[in-house]
Amino acid sequence: MLKISNLQVKLEEEDKQILKGVDLEIKAGSVHAIMGPNGSGKSTLSYVLSGRDGYEVTGGSATLDDQDILDMDPEERAAAGLFLAFQYPVEIPGVGNMTFLRTAVNSQRAARGEEELSAAEFLKVIRAKAKTLKIDADMLKRPVNVGFSGGEKKRNEILQMAMLEPKMCILDETDSGLDVDAMKLVAEGVNALRSEGRSFLVITHYQRLLDHIKPDVVHIMADGRIIKSGGPELALEVENNGYAHLLEENA
Amino acid sequence: MAMANPKSDATQARLDAMSMPEGAAWMTAARREALDRVTASGLPGRRDEYWKYTNPADLVAPSIAAVPLLVTGEQEMFSATDRLRIVFVDGVFDAAQSDELAMDGVEIELLRDVAQKDIHWAKDLYGTLETEGQTPVSRPLAALNTAFATDGVCIRVHGQASRPISIVMQHADEHSDVVMHNLVRVEKGASLTLLECGPVAARFNGLLEVDVQDGGRFNHVRTQGRTHARRALTHIFGRLGEECHFKSFTLTANGMLTRNECVLRLTGRDTKAHVAGAAVGDGDFLQDDTVFITHDAVGCESRQVFKKVLRNGATGVFQGKILVNEIAQKTDGFQMSQALLLGDDAQFLAKPELEIYADDVACSHGSTSGAIDDTALFYLRSRGVPKTQAEELLVLAFVAEAIDEIEDSDLAENIRVRMDEWLVRHRN
Repeated sequence: MLKISNLQVKLEEEDKQILKGVDLEIKAGSVHAIMGPNGSGKSTLSYVLSGRDGYEVTGGSATLDDQDILDMDPEERAAAGLFLAFQYPVEIPGVGNMTFLRTAVNSQRAARGEEELSAAEFLKVIRAKAKTLKIDADMLKRPVNVGFSGGEKKRNEILQMAMLEPKMCILDETDSGLDVDAMKLVAEGVNALRSEGRSFLVITHYQRLLDHIKPDVVHIMADGRIIKSGGPELALEVENNGYAHLLEENA
Repeated sequence: MAMANPKSDATQARLDAMSMPEGAAWMTAARREALDRVTASGLPGRRDEYWKYTNPADLVAPSIAAVPLLVTGEQEMFSATDRLRIVFVDGVFDAAQSDELAMDGVEIELLRDVAQKDIHWAKDLYGTLETEGQTPVSRPLAALNTAFATDGVCIRVHGQASRPISIVMQHADEHSDVVMHNLVRVEKGASLTLLECGPVAARFNGLLEVDVQDGGRFNHVRTQGRTHARRALTHIFGRLGEECHFKSFTLTANGMLTRNECVLRLTGRDTKAHVAGAAVGDGDFLQDDTVFITHDAVGCESRQVFKKVLRNGATGVFQGKILVNEIAQKTDGFQMSQALLLGDDAQFLAKPELEIYADDVACSHGSTSGAIDDTALFYLRSRGVPKTQAEELLVLAFVAEAIDEIEDSDLAENIRVRMDEWLVRHRN
């Protein structure tokens, strides 16, 4: 599904290398988690994969189903099936949540040469999906993320994911700023989307999210590289002992 | 003897090119007094403080260059609204295209007819609010309008007007230079919605005097024609009594030069006055909103919301003032002007002013200019919305706040559609 080889990335505006050769392969239907200390490059990886400005790829490659995504515009990556759930979902005053979602869904469909969803069909689908995420009609009508609580914003991200049905989902610290109940709700939303054809990359600081979204593989990232990979037990090890000894091991 | 100076020469040249229409004695007197105001102050020049950001030369010049007609297949604005249509072609009333000027509880007449009558309600209004509006800032081009306006619509509303009155101003002659003066008197507790649309002429000097009596409601929505090379100057002079509702919204799309002045005086308590505008321009475009709201009574609310989308060297100007006199305690004044600059050389010049003599008031103003929010743009694109469409969504979102000021949601939707169409036409 997603194949990242020796990916090297620096900041566009300063001479600072953030990713120093990341290798990662995620098979269809599997869930990978990336953990790591602050500044290790986790969020940069998610931004570079989704096409945010400000980063320069200096080496390596990233492909989604063998398609090179690094040359694509963000909207093309989205249409190809990539989705990033933002750590800080953006507030957009003046754009209704519903308008936003319908435009997004239909843009992707158009890009893939599929027929657009009619307003009625769209409404039916979104109502059902919103309900399971406890997103009420009022939240759908309000401008995108404006006045939403932290939990509402994250649930809104998952709703977008559910509507867009991507095949590769990247969750960037989706647990940050959430209380236990909100985290559970978000995790349930994610788990409901797990399927054979859909993969997840879950970026997190803490193991507790991984109690709810059980990963197949856990990677530890430090200083722009993946320094260790293992099963779910690796996350527990981090939870108990911190990153220090892993970093030393690697030094 | 006065020294010769360029400003009075320019004024004289403009006056020489105009002729005062004949009329009843009161009308002729009002016109002559207006002419005296013009000669006393002279027409504006570049050095006038009030015209610091907008060069009035094209509005003052004795003649005007031809403006090619804009031919589009699109429907007239507000055509989905049940309305009484009054059509002018290059400022001349067109009876064949217009509806019958009749509605229950509303007197509707043409200024050219009213001007001939010896006794008429318009006598007390014509030029009166314009004259009041000359202090503290003189507005000589408004006085010029009063002196020379050839036609317009005079509307007096006694009850609830059953449907909006729509003034449609078509442009058919490339050289037309039009001066029109409309009067509206909303009697106690009465209400009216006035719609205006159309490019009018190569050059337009338009004026509206609105007198809203206690408890009256006046809603005004207008769009200014999209002709690229046209010049337009409009004035609204409003006097509002107690517990009135006044709302005016203007959409300006294109036009080489547009200045919309709005001068309101709130004379009775607990009145609400909202003035809003959205302007979109690309290239050789200057749009100026100049607003002066005077609070002369207790407990009134005034609100100004102006949004400008400026592309490729377009210029936006905002001069907005709220004057709160000593008597006007509990005033709630709000003023916002914002520009979205698309392209490096677009500019927004803003001069927000508050002048407050009462001590128990809440007044605020804010003025910003900026580019499209990159983070929001990336967010939309990351969800699959193509860049162009994402930018258009964000532009529409930017002007939404001004369009939301329109009370009637169907009319607001009309404006939104026009905005959207403009954006699609102006895709890079």
